[in-house]
Amino acid sequence: MSDDERPDVIVCAGGPILVRGDHLVQDESGVVHRTTRPVSAVCRCGRSGISPWCDGTHKLGPKARPATS
Amino acid sequence: MLTPQARGGLSAQVLGALRTGDVAPTLTRVRPDDDADAQITLWALYEQHYRGFDDADAALEWHPTLIALRGGLEEAFVADLRSRFVPPPAVGPFAESFFAYVAAFEGPSVATHVQRRADRGQVLELLRARSLYQLKEADPTTWAVPRLPARPQVALMALQFDEYGAGDPARQHARFFARGMEACRLDPTYGAYVDDAPVEVLAQNNAMSLFGLHRRWRGAAVGHLAAFEAASSLPSRQMAQGLRRLDLPEQIAAYYDEHVEADAVHEQLAVREICAPLVEQEPALLEDVFLGAFTCLDLEARTARVLLDAWAA
Repeated sequence: MSDDERPDVIVCAGGPILVRGDHLVQDESGVVHRTTRPVSAVCRCGRSGISPWCDGTHKLGPKARPATS
Repeated sequence: MLTPQARGGLSAQVLGALRTGDVAPTLTRVRPDDDADAQITLWALYEQHYRGFDDADAALEWHPTLIALRGGLEEAFVADLRSRFVPPPAVGPFAESFFAYVAAFEGPSVATHVQRRADRGQVLELLRARSLYQLKEADPTTWAVPRLPARPQVALMALQFDEYGAGDPARQHARFFARGMEACRLDPTYGAYVDDAPVEVLAQNNAMSLFGLHRRWRGAAVGHLAAFEAASSLPSRQMAQGLRRLDLPEQIAAYYDEHVEADAVHEQLAVREICAPLVEQEPALLEDVFLGAFTCLDLEARTARVLLDAWAA
């Protein structure tokens, strides 16, 4: 990729999808969320506690999630 | 902020010189008493490049004797960081290798203790210690910006823009933390708790300044950033849960909520859009990127150990 090509959407292997700019993102239950930062990370693993955004949970094995309380 | 308290013979002389403006050329021959003396001296010399001290002349920032003295302390500090460094076993595709390296690092976790068992006094002590960096959050990495090629430079600016509030002062991370401190009835003044900071916290601060202020350490600067971000989202969630468990003010929990979300973005940007293209263009920097990452994780582990030991946790 040349220095001047800039993807707006980046699929991260084993991680979230990064989206640049202002977007409305609809979550699994149909609720629409507006992005609030220059680049946002959208959850792909389905386990985020702050869906539709990524919270890093994809890095934990299904049995290794930290206690939530 | 006023100059901090000395922690030994060298810092007494250097801080005295900063206050009086009388910098003896023989200062460069004074050896620190111990690590605490060396780290507070280095911290004070670096601080002149950030906000400085109300009781020191700003013209001393580039005083040749102080810069030479700083150079000697940095040499010893770098030698120590290098001697502790455990390089990655093998580096395949950069992003996967980097995330695996961070994930494989084993160290004690302050966040897990805060989440489950810490009392209010311990959490407030932690916030005071963290404030040394968190009130200048992102600043040390900004030094690296003009030292990077185009692609990583653009990505670092995107990340830093978010750190600095994306145009909204209320969302600036350092201000976010200051509001949280205020709500906890802590002093949010920049540098207010430097005299209480364990030497390990000073070393964490100093490593970031060292990497940021030297072009030759630009690889370590972005490696440190990437490891910091990659080790932040999950612990930030634990911190937020612990703070709410203790009924601490919502403002300080919100600071950690913000980092759960922001750092899940930043870790991807730092690893894939900053470090990966940098080492692609400048392969000789690969080891420094990992040195920076290791230093971040290692110094945090040292701080965690000291705090947890003190709390008998």
